[in-house]
Amino acid sequence: MIPEIGHFALILALLLAIAQTLFGLGGAARRHAGWMAAGRSAVAGQFVFTALAFGALTWAFVQRDFSVLYVATNSNSELPLLYRIAAVWGGHEGSLLLWALALAGWSLAVTAFSRSLEAPFRSRVIGILGFISIGFLLFMIATSNPFQRLVPPAPDGNDLNPLLQDFALAVHPPILYLGYVGFAVAFSFACATLLEGRLDAGWARWTRPWTLAAWMFLTVGIALGSWWAYYELGWGGWWFWDPVENASFMPWLAGTALIHSLAVTEKRGLFKSWTLLLAVTAFSLSLLGTFLVRSGVLISVHAFATDPARGVFVLAFLATVVLGALLLYAWRAPRLKSAAGFEISSRESFLLFNNAFLVAALGLILLGTLYPLFMDALRLGKISVGPPYFELVFLVPMLPLLALLGVGMHAAWKRGTLAGKRRRLVLLALSALAAALVAGAAVYGELRPLTTIGFMLALWVIGSAILELVQRLRGRQALSGAVLGMVIAHFGLGLAALGITGVQSFRIEKDVALGVGETATIAGYDFRLAALRDVRGPNFVGVEADVLVAKDGRAVTTLRPQKRLYHSGGNPMTEAGIEVGAARDLFAALGEDLGQGRWSLRIQYKPLIRYIWLGALLIALGGGVAAFDRRYRRAAEARESAAATAGASG
Amino acid sequence: MTPRRKRLYAVLAILAGVSAAVVLAVVAFEDNLLYFYNPTQVMAGEAPMGRSFRVGGMVTQGSVQRSAGSLEVRFVVTDFRHSIIVRYDGLLPDLFREGQGIIAHGRLTESGEFRADEVLAKHDENYMPPEVAESLQAPAESGG
Amino acid sequence: MKVPLRFLLPAIAFTALVVVFVVGLRQDPGRIQSPLIGKPAPAFANESLADPAWRVASADFAGRPWLLNVWATWCAGCREEHELLLAIARENRVPMVGLNWRDDRSLALRWLEQLGNPYLAVAFDPEGRTAIDWGVYGAPETFLIGTDGSVRQKHIGPMTRDIWEREFVPLLPVPAGEG
Repeated sequence: MIPEIGHFALILALLLAIAQTLFGLGGAARRHAGWMAAGRSAVAGQFVFTALAFGALTWAFVQRDFSVLYVATNSNSELPLLYRIAAVWGGHEGSLLLWALALAGWSLAVTAFSRSLEAPFRSRVIGILGFISIGFLLFMIATSNPFQRLVPPAPDGNDLNPLLQDFALAVHPPILYLGYVGFAVAFSFACATLLEGRLDAGWARWTRPWTLAAWMFLTVGIALGSWWAYYELGWGGWWFWDPVENASFMPWLAGTALIHSLAVTEKRGLFKSWTLLLAVTAFSLSLLGTFLVRSGVLISVHAFATDPARGVFVLAFLATVVLGALLLYAWRAPRLKSAAGFEISSRESFLLFNNAFLVAALGLILLGTLYPLFMDALRLGKISVGPPYFELVFLVPMLPLLALLGVGMHAAWKRGTLAGKRRRLVLLALSALAAALVAGAAVYGELRPLTTIGFMLALWVIGSAILELVQRLRGRQALSGAVLGMVIAHFGLGLAALGITGVQSFRIEKDVALGVGETATIAGYDFRLAALRDVRGPNFVGVEADVLVAKDGRAVTTLRPQKRLYHSGGNPMTEAGIEVGAARDLFAALGEDLGQGRWSLRIQYKPLIRYIWLGALLIALGGGVAAFDRRYRRAAEARESAAATAGASG
Repeated sequence: MTPRRKRLYAVLAILAGVSAAVVLAVVAFEDNLLYFYNPTQVMAGEAPMGRSFRVGGMVTQGSVQRSAGSLEVRFVVTDFRHSIIVRYDGLLPDLFREGQGIIAHGRLTESGEFRADEVLAKHDENYMPPEVAESLQAPAESGG
Repeated sequence: MKVPLRFLLPAIAFTALVVVFVVGLRQDPGRIQSPLIGKPAPAFANESLADPAWRVASADFAGRPWLLNVWATWCAGCREEHELLLAIARENRVPMVGLNWRDDRSLALRWLEQLGNPYLAVAFDPEGRTAIDWGVYGAPETFLIGTDGSVRQKHIGPMTRDIWEREFVPLLPVPAGEG
């Protein structure tokens, strides 16, 4: 019964999304207050019914209703409650429903918090969001119904892929989706601006906090995914440049460029058409990612089960939305002209460089991700692009970006002279260099050019952020949310760069074969296989090892890696044993039983790796601080004053 | 600076940037484009010497041999027309098994064996990497 | 209305991308035109699932069209298509033979007992050797073998009513007599 209610709710949500689109866009075009109001109500209705559908599906999972095909294929009676809930978005159909819910949620938030926007503009934004919702709801109802029944019901379910039975990966999709679905807001604002042929830059002020919020979620989502891969996939890697990872990283790069470009457009009215194009691009990349992951054109270890019909639908939807927006851009953007000028050492200039380098990296990563597809389509062979390609094309633009970032933070708008700051910055640069050399030589015992540059740039950015904060506090300048957020985010970036440089330069990984009592040594740490035992969990059995780690004869920790066999599937799963330290991680994972009491193990020494995720979290925090401060207050004030002057169009 | 000059510099800067990006892409692609070959193609000499590439097929039953005391493992990969010997030193993925499809990347040694840097097994037990599946079917055309 | 080229570039570039994707989709692995089509069906003689003493061989079905359906209890898609297979079996137009792939005998027998058995006979292929000969890419897969013993049609993935009607039924002999 409940699944049918869920299905019905989905259909109602679709109808409301259609209403939202028609009333939203139509009402704005005809300046019909009643229609525009109807559009806004439709948003609320669509959210309610999408949430209802989501609730129904969650109920089916929690209640172990194996008469629903999707539940049967993604869940199991032995699955703990948390993972029964996480399993809702563990497969294609459920994750689409999550997409739709996230979109409905953002649409509702935008509708609720935009009362001081002019009604027609607001209505257009809602209408465009509605159009995107139609796509996803229709996709589900037509090709991927999560509520399809299984008759007769399965005696028990298939199980959730054991890899996904993990807390981090359970929460990773909702957060990630909130992120790249959230770029739909910027997209809609941009399209509404283009539709209206607006020549001013007011929309940038509106778009910025929404974009920052979405970007914040996306940052956390990506960081979670990376962290999960590190400890769950068993091999100690934290980023693989896999197409599915790239599918979320590319919107992130575009989003980063966007929030910086929005700053310029908002403050100085410059780069208007470029920023509009970026806003369209960021969400287009989100949609592109959805297509790549679900259509089967790119084979990846993470991709969902493929089905040609689904691929066609997503492609058609992607093509319609993006091409529509790009044609709109081509039609309207030429009219936008920015008259103001700026000097080469001004803030605008630095942000321009920021965008240039980010977009360059983005373009090259996109090229690498799609290249195998091109080659295959042109029948030029089956190729894959190795991670070193991505590492190189990402690293090269990032180095100048980090270097300029340290200066750009201090540049003033329009006429950046950097007078007075020059000396401090030079001093900072030299200190960073010295510290980098010391770190390399003294701490790690090695001096390498790229490593030194990496450390230097990371410390340079960290120092520059602190310097900016200190200067502002000293000068008793008001510390707005935007500035504080910027400082925190850039500090986080420096920290992440520090972690990346450290781990990529000085990590040590070794595959060894050990019997009980035997020891292997890396980086001065002795890893001794002390014991092996059988273990049992709620839905698995396995083997656990005690790996005693010692340094200079003193015990450091005991790692307990496991090899698990889940009841449902025959695949062994690897649970790594990790010890977290302030300066390094120690890592051990079981390989396989070599017989005669010997096992293969992978042991690793990972210096500074935690700072990557800590840095990422700070970046997200910075984005959040920037999103939720000044603008919110300003908008709140504007709303109050608008309400005070009675008769404002509600 | 006249607007015209500014415009010229901007265009030049963009061109310079794009050229740099293209150069970067070409350099980065050079050794990192991994082509896929099946064992028949490798035996026919189609695969490059001295460059990394990928080879895929089924792991022949009973062909996995380990050296005692080390992680060196040797196994045979076949497409049912030809086979090649693969040597790998390290941890094999959890899904590696005789009779399963795998893809290895590495290089050919002078002795005609394939020295793998990495071995990837199919990510779930239901499916074979499409390249492997396609190439396993293709030989039927030209007869065994 | 004149639009400067540089503003149209994004739209043009994206359109080119879409074209590449369309080509890429058409090459979707699920639609691999099997080189096996038109060739003689690979011979097999396996143990019967029900009784190891009995054999199920491809030769048993020679001289008439028959279906081979590759399935396993661990395969979700097989569960999905099972109702349809039962319906097709009831229509009785062409015998359906099962190939139980890489499975556990007792689990497979229990599955058929609980859910119904559409198969005339089931060949047991625990090692997957037969499936390899047939170029099986994943489960489920369904093959139609013609009167002359050649593979006429193949479908990868769960069978749907639509695929059955469009791609398999036209190749079946008309009920009035052998085609």
